[in-house]
Amino acid sequence: MSFWSENLPKFGQMFGAIAIFFAVLLAIFYIAGLANGRTQRPIAIVVFLGPALLLLIFGLFGPAVKTLIYSFKDSYGQKWVGFHNYHWLFTNQQMRQVLVNTILWFAITPIATTALGLFLAVMLDRMKRESIPKSLLFMPMAISFVGASIIWQFVYNFANPGDPQTGLLSAIVLKFGGHPANWILNGPLNNFLLMIIFVWVETGFAMVILSAAIKAVPADIMEASALDGASGWKQFRGVTFPMVRGTFIVVFATMVVTCLKLFDIVRTVTGGNFGTSVLSNEMYSEVFVRFEQGKGSAMAIVLFILVTPILIYNIYNLRRERAIR
Amino acid sequence: MSAVTTTVQPTKRQMRKSAKIADHNPGRKLFGSRVATISVWLITFIWTVPTFGILVTSFRNKADIVNTGWWTAFTHPHFTLSNYHAVIFGTSDSGLQNGVLPFFINSFVITIPAVIFPIAIATMAAYCLAWVKFRGSDALFFFIFALQIVPIQMSLIPLLQLFTGGVHIGTLRIIPPLGIAGKFAGIWLPHTMFALPLAIYLLHNFISALPKDLMEAAYVDGASHFTVFRRIVLPLSVPAIAAFAIFQFLWVWNDLLVALSFSGGTQSIFPINAKLSTMVGAWGSHWEYLTAGAFVTIAIPLVVFFSLQRYFVRGLLAGSVK
Repeated sequence: MSFWSENLPKFGQMFGAIAIFFAVLLAIFYIAGLANGRTQRPIAIVVFLGPALLLLIFGLFGPAVKTLIYSFKDSYGQKWVGFHNYHWLFTNQQMRQVLVNTILWFAITPIATTALGLFLAVMLDRMKRESIPKSLLFMPMAISFVGASIIWQFVYNFANPGDPQTGLLSAIVLKFGGHPANWILNGPLNNFLLMIIFVWVETGFAMVILSAAIKAVPADIMEASALDGASGWKQFRGVTFPMVRGTFIVVFATMVVTCLKLFDIVRTVTGGNFGTSVLSNEMYSEVFVRFEQGKGSAMAIVLFILVTPILIYNIYNLRRERAIR
Repeated sequence: MSAVTTTVQPTKRQMRKSAKIADHNPGRKLFGSRVATISVWLITFIWTVPTFGILVTSFRNKADIVNTGWWTAFTHPHFTLSNYHAVIFGTSDSGLQNGVLPFFINSFVITIPAVIFPIAIATMAAYCLAWVKFRGSDALFFFIFALQIVPIQMSLIPLLQLFTGGVHIGTLRIIPPLGIAGKFAGIWLPHTMFALPLAIYLLHNFISALPKDLMEAAYVDGASHFTVFRRIVLPLSVPAIAAFAIFQFLWVWNDLLVALSFSGGTQSIFPINAKLSTMVGAWGSHWEYLTAGAFVTIAIPLVVFFSLQRYFVRGLLAGSVK
């Protein structure tokens, strides 16, 4: 009884919002459609592009500019403090750990996911009935990082010595005569255990894209190289890889961005404790837990600067592509 | 994850052709096919075991979970549905009075509009950038593309201020407080905003590749941009729209950051994923609840993923949606 009285109105809100949204759109379309002659074009531009631009300016561009300003102000966004926040970020002892971890993630996970994805894509290309393993490898993409964190925390689960070990990792270590440890608490190993979760989630994405690129390598080129005696590793290095290098770099770039923006894994598994925090998690803590707006903003800007080269590269590529088209 | 997907988009015909020829190409298929098959299945096995482990665990009772590894469940099968019952309908011990059903409903109420709104707005913008060219439209496209890399964390505070305090220039108020913090609208709006760069980019790729003759014929016949958009662009873009819809559905359903920040701590509007993340602390080592809760949370995205995978992949391959 109370369940429905609490939850039915939610659906009302949802359908109401959707109905209003489309009603407004249709009304604007109708009114704008009445215009003709010279005014038609400018009105069309405003109607089609206006909503998106407004939302982007208020949702992303404005906040980005605001963050830049805040990064030069104090905790409350009142007084100007120059480069103080940045200085603190690069000299503070605790921040050093965060920066080192961020660099570790940055150096390991994108190349690990892209390389493993490429390996799988090449292998899938050489086998029959690839669709089932492909789906299963791709499946983690559909699982939220929170879900993935629970799945892996169970793998890394540790019981006190003497109690039965129900975590898969502990059990395997025990089986081979090792001593299981409290994995999640032990640095710096725990950082790598968190990275494994990321690799587990993202490899499927890399694989699917690279697999499509490999399938697009013209068959006659593969055939010709095979007739010339190239096979296995040689064929991969001499023919396949050069043909998919562009895609490889794009996937790699995507992984770098995803990895730097990563938040959920660290947040749910360790909360950034035990020496596992990274910039994207730390800046959330600064702003929402410690209310240090200036410092959090400075972190966001540093993150943004780290990603910028990739952005420039992507735009450069996109422009070249469009020029060809 | 905002994917920056570009380049090497084979046409479907090419893919089909190369697949067909590959079957007759000894250098490509037969060599090392056994090694390939074994290594792929081995990795697939490793990839699947963790998920399978919690699936099995979610059907075991508490004593079994604590005392034996889930892999022993096959030699001494003893399964129960009580964990799911506790999580879905709630018990005093699980710490969920009414179970997860309200949060499950919240997830749908949050996700469906957060998929529809950005798609509608992005399709319009993409059409405009592709076919109603004006001075600076290319630069604008690159600007929107570039916004993909703005970390969402940067937007949280300014957006929350907009929702609760409006926008001021000096003391002049130009936008009144929207008053939607802690309401569903306060979650729909940020999701819509954050989805736009990727949505516009993907849809622009597709819409700009629509046949030029068709569009020009319509303009010559005197059709307005609105008519062309409704009668030609929308119907022809359905594959791209579907692909992005699946992408966005998974993204919003699985999102944690936006839900946590914009619900303003109002747990009654939490989506199930955010609720689950708060229960992780409360449940600690109650693996019977954690595993069942995790599976309830990922069930819908998994169903969507497996049934619509083909379209999802197409969406990821951006330009190949031609």
